[in-house]
Amino acid sequence: MSVRHALLALLSEGPKYGLQLRHEFEARTGEVWPLNVGQVYTTLQRLERDGLVASDGTAEGPQKGYHITDDGSHELLDWLQTPPAAAQPPRDELLIKVLVAVQVPGVDVDEVIQVHRRHLVEQMQRYTAVKAAADEGDVALALIVDAELFRIEAAVRWLDAAETRLRRGPRPQPADVPNDVPEPDRQEARS
Amino acid sequence: MTAMLELRDVAKVYGEGAAEVHALRGIELTVAVGELVAVMGPSGSGKSTLLTIAGSLEEPSSGDVLVGGASLGGMSRKEKARLRRQSIGYVFQDFNLLAGLTAAENVAMPLELDGTSARDAKAAALAALEDLGIAERADHFADDLSGGERQRVAIARAVVGSRRLLLADEPTGALDSVNSEAVMRLVKRICERGAAGVVVTHEAQLASWADRVVFLRDGRVVDQTSRPAAPESLLGSH
Repeated sequence: MSVRHALLALLSEGPKYGLQLRHEFEARTGEVWPLNVGQVYTTLQRLERDGLVASDGTAEGPQKGYHITDDGSHELLDWLQTPPAAAQPPRDELLIKVLVAVQVPGVDVDEVIQVHRRHLVEQMQRYTAVKAAADEGDVALALIVDAELFRIEAAVRWLDAAETRLRRGPRPQPADVPNDVPEPDRQEARS
Repeated sequence: MTAMLELRDVAKVYGEGAAEVHALRGIELTVAVGELVAVMGPSGSGKSTLLTIAGSLEEPSSGDVLVGGASLGGMSRKEKARLRRQSIGYVFQDFNLLAGLTAAENVAMPLELDGTSARDAKAAALAALEDLGIAERADHFADDLSGGERQRVAIARAVVGSRRLLLADEPTGALDSVNSEAVMRLVKRICERGAAGVVVTHEAQLASWADRVVFLRDGRVVDQTSRPAAPESLLGSH
């Protein structure tokens, strides 16, 4: 989460004081990402230095007022539409465990898969409970919880698919397990 | 804990000899009043069979099913039919509403079939639709409703009157994720108010609304989740 762009977004609604920005930032992100006070003020100083915000110059510290500049507005719109950096596919521990389980004699792969499936579904139950307990109007919280739920669900679906594949096809042999995850062409992936 | 539904060592075998298929084996499952249980498994794991046996739509090959403490094994067909009408509500993926009837008429139908007067059945149907937030669509024909609305009407039909066991087979299968969530919120609320629910699904998101998730593989219960921890402990870790 970019504090810099979150502050620009808050200022795009109108001029605000430093202290006010900190409170609104915490309120909007469901207090999931707590900031320290200093982070807000140092980020505001840098934004001012870069010409993305301007201060009214009447006070210092928490009472200092800021507004967004034209450059700041452009920077914010650019950032909103830039795709997140295409990260290196992570070394997926779950994938490695299932691949290893297939090789180890005497290990029941279905059972290994089920242990992880249960653990993930229990995590989903906890996130869903957060959503169920929250006010239905709390859209920010629902978006945060949904992001986690869809991420975990993807892992459960992968486990389901892995189980079906392992039941249907021949088991992969040690030589089949790649040392590196093949990467898609990163230029193409971004276009 | 008061059990609303109990499956005791339930097995189901289709076919004979070489063609014998064991759809369910040794199923033990108890669902308490107020509890929502999800049965999660892939296609062919036996989850729909489990639901139809729990709802007395199908007989187990062996074992017993108890609904509200009453054993189905000792009941006549007529007694079972009465139990189904009075105690059990079903929700299906494709809603199964009657197209030529309005939402209110669809919901009132099970009560009328059970001998309730048309007037009382209509009043109960309207109350159920109101409760599920869809009263304004009461006079619309089933065909004129959106998928999400149809499923809410189907849930109203499943819980209208005094029925306290809600059985749902992939109830959100045809709906987008936000409409699915609305349906599961309703199912959960109905259970919290004193019903018991069983939802069978292959979808983890849907199952995660349940108090307990039971995993079915090849006709057997292979695992289940433990009771979820308090939600407060989650988001603080970010």
